Amino acid sequence: MSKVLMKGNEAIGEAAIRAGCVHFFGYPITPQSEVPEYLAKRLPEVGGKFIQAESEVAASNMIYGAAGVGVRVLTTSSSPGISLMAEGISYIAACELPVVIVNIMRGGPGLGGILPSQGDYLQATKGTAHGDFDLVVLAPSSVQEAVDLVILAFQLAEKYRNPVMVIGDGMIGQMMEPVEFPAQEIGPPLDPGDWALTGCKGRPTRIVNSLYLDAQKLHEHNVKLKDKSRRIAAAEQRWETYNCEGKYDLLVTAFGMMARICKTAIDELKAEGIDVGLFRPISIKPYPYEHLRGAMDKTKRVLCVEMNMGQMLEDVRMAGEGTKPIDFFGKAGGIVPAVEDVVARIRESLGKKGK
Amino acid sequence: MRKVFAYTDGLTRLPTHYCPGCTHGVIHRVVGEVISELGLRERTVGVAPVGCSVLAYNYFNCDMFEASHGRAPAVATGAKRARPEIIVFTYQGDGDLASIGMAEIIHAANRGEKFTTIFVNNAIYGMTGGQMAPTTMPNQRATTCPAGRDVNEVGYPIRMAELIASLRTPAFVARVASHTPEATIRAKQVIKEAFEHQVAGECYGFVEVLSICPTNWGLSPRESSSWLEKEMVPYYPLGIKKRPDEIKGGAHGHN
Ligand SMILES: Cc1ncc(C[n+]2csc(CCOP(=O)(O)OP(=O)(O)O)c2C)c(N)n1
Ligand code: SF4
Repeated sequence: MSKVLMKGNEAIGEAAIRAGCVHFFGYPITPQSEVPEYLAKRLPEVGGKFIQAESEVAASNMIYGAAGVGVRVLTTSSSPGISLMAEGISYIAACELPVVIVNIMRGGPGLGGILPSQGDYLQATKGTAHGDFDLVVLAPSSVQEAVDLVILAFQLAEKYRNPVMVIGDGMIGQMMEPVEFPAQEIGPPLDPGDWALTGCKGRPTRIVNSLYLDAQKLHEHNVKLKDKSRRIAAAEQRWETYNCEGKYDLLVTAFGMMARICKTAIDELKAEGIDVGLFRPISIKPYPYEHLRGAMDKTKRVLCVEMNMGQMLEDVRMAGEGTKPIDFFGKAGGIVPAVEDVVARIRESLGKKGK
Repeated sequence: MRKVFAYTDGLTRLPTHYCPGCTHGVIHRVVGEVISELGLRERTVGVAPVGCSVLAYNYFNCDMFEASHGRAPAVATGAKRARPEIIVFTYQGDGDLASIGMAEIIHAANRGEKFTTIFVNNAIYGMTGGQMAPTTMPNQRATTCPAGRDVNEVGYPIRMAELIASLRTPAFVARVASHTPEATIRAKQVIKEAFEHQVAGECYGFVEVLSICPTNWGLSPRESSSWLEKEMVPYYPLGIKKRPDEIKGGAHGHN
């Protein structure tokens, strides 16, 4: 399979189609609008359905309806839109339906800006919406990885019957990179199994519902959802390390595009004989705490770098459990820290002056 | 002996939780009978709302969704677009449909979604204890307008059937009532027609059913029926407001 040059947002749309998802409901918002635009053109070509919803509230409930009748379904949005989708996501998680949600983040809070950000980390991993549930959240650091993770997202959503979010900053949506799609064109259709609403011909009726008026029953449902989260945490942690073979002077933690910038900074410092390791969680939920702890054990100091005011920092601290000093470097507002900025901050952490 | 009444297999045999005299149960039965008589039970997916009929999924004997407050039309859109072969209906109260879910209902109707909405207008929020609805009548008392609805403060009640009928996209739009046996028989005919338009793949169907809430109106069921007739019907005129263009003036005619 040859590589094609594609914009991130379009590649995400194409990846969903390759995963066998031909149903999309969404609402335009910068910097992700190329996903709905691409799918509005592409889905009819593959016999799919594209609907521009009247709002993200409606879009999230449309994917609830589509997933509930047993089809693969995608929605995409950006930060303020994801806040509106929170309602539907909570219901979908409660009803244990498989959907994929892509969040191409922009700066916030409020209307914020339209430039790249990683400001929705906590929303995605900790407090997406009301009630006890966990998303699976995957954070790509290149357009190719966005493609791979969107396909994986559909697999995980169906395996665990849980909403899965792929989260990237605006840059990932907007940049063009060569990508390769898997050889197989369309995945097999979703098996509606013993849960989808397809009409009750030849079987008892089914209900997709999240109302439990009996406290004990709701408690049991919450316990069941938590058990599922634990199974996911045990089996689906994904991460990458870079320059972590031996011991290193400092460990940098970063996710998504920010990790890629940190890699270049690490290469520059390595040329000077400064050894810096990188730990990049790919699944930011479930978070690979123990693997990060393992990487931390081989250094004296940690620096968490993010395009926000310190959201993953909380998880890095949790992994370290106070064993290592942890510094933070972050820029918000849509400012993408440059390689030089990261190099300077690493030097500062190491107590070293410039060259 | 001639059988004059039988259970419809469109409903389960569960006793409903509705208050004595409430016409939610009557409307359930009518919808259940229509689904059953049209032979649609095994290919139907219903969407229950938030409101007194939140448990409708236990009463309709077909596959059922529970939707969040007001979003039943969006859920129905997702379901019907994904599986056009199924028959989809939403069952919604006035707080659900005309307040929090106003955007979803208008846009689903305007897109011409091929599902059917049963809109139960009892002029009040039943489930949460009698607060004002967008359909509460002028001067009608509710817990959040204890002196009666002041139209200078909160506007006049919204006529949903007329609002939906004003949309240009082809649709079947009607208003019926459930307070007398005659009205209920008529309601059934109209609801049946709405489902038939869906079966034929023709258009969106919207049937507003005027309903009573003795509990929150503070009236007996009999007084409630009279109040509906006297206060609601003049403001919410019954009849078919709109049929899809291609059959307008055809076999069905207007009434
Ligand atoms: C998001 C949200 N807001 C508010 C509520 C509370 N709530 C439950 S039912 C209801 C009103 C329902 O009234 P209506 O649709 O008129 O139905 P009825 O009970 O009269 O049949 C409200 C406000 C809720 N469940 N969810
Ligand atoms: S509160 Fe009103 S609408 Fe609700 S069940 Fe009782 S009578 Fe019916």
